Amino acid sequence: MHVPDGFFNAPVSVAAGAFAAAGVAVCLKRARNELNDRTAPMAGLVAAFIFAVQMLNFPVAAGTSGHLLGGALAAILVGPYTAVLCVAVVLLVQGFFFADGGLTALGINITLMAVVTSVVGWAVFRLITRAAPRSRGAVVAGSFVAAAVSVPVSALAFTLLFWIGGTAPIDVAAVAAAMGGVHVLIGLGEGLITALTVSSVLAVRPDLVYGAAGLRRNLVLRTADGEVPVEEPAPAPKGGLRPILVGGGLIAVLLAGVVSFYASGSPDGLERVAADKGFNAGEQESGVANWPLADYAVKGVENERLSLGVAGVAGVGLTVVAGGAVFYAVRRRNRVKADA
Amino acid sequence: MSAGHHHQLYRPGDTVVHRLPPQCKLLAAAGFAVAVVATPRESFWAFAAYAVMLAAVAAAGRVPPGFVLRRMVIEVPFVLFAVAIPIIGLGERVEVLGVSLSVEGLWAGWNILAKATLGVVASILLAATTEPRMMLLGAQRLRLPQLLVQIAMFMLRYMDVIMDEMRRMRVARESRGFVARDVRQIPVLAKSAGALFIRSYERGERVHLAMLSRGYTGEMPIIRDMSASLRQWGAAGLLPGLAAATAVLSWSLT
Amino acid sequence: MTSHPVPSLEVSGLAYAYPDGTQALFGVDLTIGRGERVALLGPNGAGKTTLVMHLNGILAAGHGSVRVAGLDVRADTMKEIRRRVGLVFQDPDDQLFMPTVREDVAFGPANLGMRGAELDSRVRDALERVGMLDAIDRPPHHLSFGQRRRVAVATVLAMEPEILVLDEPSSNLDPAARRELAEILRKLDVTVLMVTHDLPYALELCERSLILSAGVIAADAPTRDLLSDADLLSAHRLELPYGFAVPAV
Repeated sequence: MHVPDGFFNAPVSVAAGAFAAAGVAVCLKRARNELNDRTAPMAGLVAAFIFAVQMLNFPVAAGTSGHLLGGALAAILVGPYTAVLCVAVVLLVQGFFFADGGLTALGINITLMAVVTSVVGWAVFRLITRAAPRSRGAVVAGSFVAAAVSVPVSALAFTLLFWIGGTAPIDVAAVAAAMGGVHVLIGLGEGLITALTVSSVLAVRPDLVYGAAGLRRNLVLRTADGEVPVEEPAPAPKGGLRPILVGGGLIAVLLAGVVSFYASGSPDGLERVAADKGFNAGEQESGVANWPLADYAVKGVENERLSLGVAGVAGVGLTVVAGGAVFYAVRRRNRVKADA
Repeated sequence: MSAGHHHQLYRPGDTVVHRLPPQCKLLAAAGFAVAVVATPRESFWAFAAYAVMLAAVAAAGRVPPGFVLRRMVIEVPFVLFAVAIPIIGLGERVEVLGVSLSVEGLWAGWNILAKATLGVVASILLAATTEPRMMLLGAQRLRLPQLLVQIAMFMLRYMDVIMDEMRRMRVARESRGFVARDVRQIPVLAKSAGALFIRSYERGERVHLAMLSRGYTGEMPIIRDMSASLRQWGAAGLLPGLAAATAVLSWSLT
Repeated sequence: MTSHPVPSLEVSGLAYAYPDGTQALFGVDLTIGRGERVALLGPNGAGKTTLVMHLNGILAAGHGSVRVAGLDVRADTMKEIRRRVGLVFQDPDDQLFMPTVREDVAFGPANLGMRGAELDSRVRDALERVGMLDAIDRPPHHLSFGQRRRVAVATVLAMEPEILVLDEPSSNLDPAARRELAEILRKLDVTVLMVTHDLPYALELCERSLILSAGVIAADAPTRDLLSDADLLSAHRLELPYGFAVPAV
């Protein structure tokens, strides 16, 4: 899945690079708040763990096997910010030390495999564990769904980027179908292995599972004076849902808006360029100025794009509102139950 | 004891390329990759020129061709993809040996293949001639966030230790007749992964304690810093400089 | 050993319970004079590691006190305490976290603010004392286990500690590496507290031994006397290797 050089055009590579850098910068700050002076050694060891675990090939179906991406797993085990850092460092090391993944594609790789998997995985996980009653089962089930969803979403993000700035003239629907299909399967494997891994850590060292911090019982100290309960309640996981939801929402709106705006002419655009210019067609021509207008000449291109962009934003907005409504309904019901 | 270096790309040596300060090499490799990616795909001659430049670097760094070729397997999945593009690509089609191929797809496939290959070879040469810890010093010198460099440092230090632990677990599994054949074996693998996480995390805690015991207060002391002379920058700038010139020329010719 | 006015280490009434509720120490008292080499013996789970963690303030005493060369272990003295107490961990891989031996040995003194030629000579000197100067530019994971443990000792020596605390120094060493380490430790001119259940090693290196059992010091006597008392040993789950006997004096 490590994207090499030349797969995406320059503007998308640069944009993804800027996005990845901003994401990593935010996470550096947040992780430091979570782990303070332990950040470097802990995140380093977890990164080494992720690197090792990515080499675990798991059988998906007869004849095919997948390997773990690990973003969701890391997010549940050590928290989303540290997770993004760990996976980003793994990708940097793979790019610079093992020539795995193009140097110009680092931004894309970090965006897809570190930021999207960790953030999506964590958001899904928190939605489920907040809605469900506090229990180990909920944490394990949440891990499964979170990881299973994070993989196809990452594949979908790949497809989106490919739509905007891919260098190959392939039908986006075909890419989406192929990537989606395979990655739904791989996602199931990722979900299964993530859930079981989280479950086995929960069984031995529940205190190490960041996402299960709510499960901790209050501590008791046995001193010379007898047993003294520790008053402070078990800490809820920091790095709560709100910043992630707000951030994720913004990203989704931005992507949907920008993608719809620019991509409206794109898929058939390449086709058009190829037909018009024959061998002189270059992928660099995907800059805004060169977008083929012919297809939409009658409808009025700018309006078309604008309306698609608006539609994209509206679509995301609607989804968020609907999802939020369901989520709050479930939570309210839980709360009513708890109060009763 | 520590046998986990099969994947390491570094080839010790004492050549001009090896001796260049790491920060220069990092920027040179990145600059080269950018120039390659920015080159129009019709400029076959430009890609040939890039290949010659890399060959020159490989020769100067005494990196044998076989070494580079063997490491290039890493891009195989994307080569397969590149080969598939002309077949599934859209647009005008052309018959080649009785197979209908997309013209645009052929261009795209070639574009990906050429750029990815040049990028991979540049990365391989960088990794082959730069010791991992030097690479970190270079990154530090280039003002990459301290914390990120440190995380990478700890990761590199403990990667082999953890891979060894994983290998021992696999030996333990397999010596009891376990083979990962289908989905039913996933729980066993996941248990190993869980155990590996706990070991990694606990080692992280112990390392942190070891650091505290030696006066660590959250800031890593900078023990080695390397500056590069203007001449060294000049030498390292040769590759991206030539590549950039080639890219510009290829644009003005098309 | 003659006792100096200020002992290297004084622990009194030390009690500690882990946050999970397990109490590990129930009032430990011990004093180690300057220049002494003392073994701390005890079965697994006796609280040895917990005690060691208190010596340089990684764990804070629940009750009681720890003084290193007259200085109380407190939050405000931590920096000086960590210079004075050199802790050598059981797994050298935990201790050698830097990319090369040189940087690793330099880590401690550099944290104390040392730089340049002074730092370099400190590093060389420490490696010289453990016979590992040749490995100065090698990455730690390319060294043998015994070599790594010696470098781990050097990382601590570079801080010129008042007292060297070793956690199971002989574990996982082959006989030759074990002997080499013993020779190095015997030559060092520092106070040594050696935590171990390797009784012959204690006998070889330390005149005096303490037995930590169930979170308290159960015995404090010359090593030879302790090891010749079979009843005492078996009461604390300590055993001499097969065929090994220490005659009473």
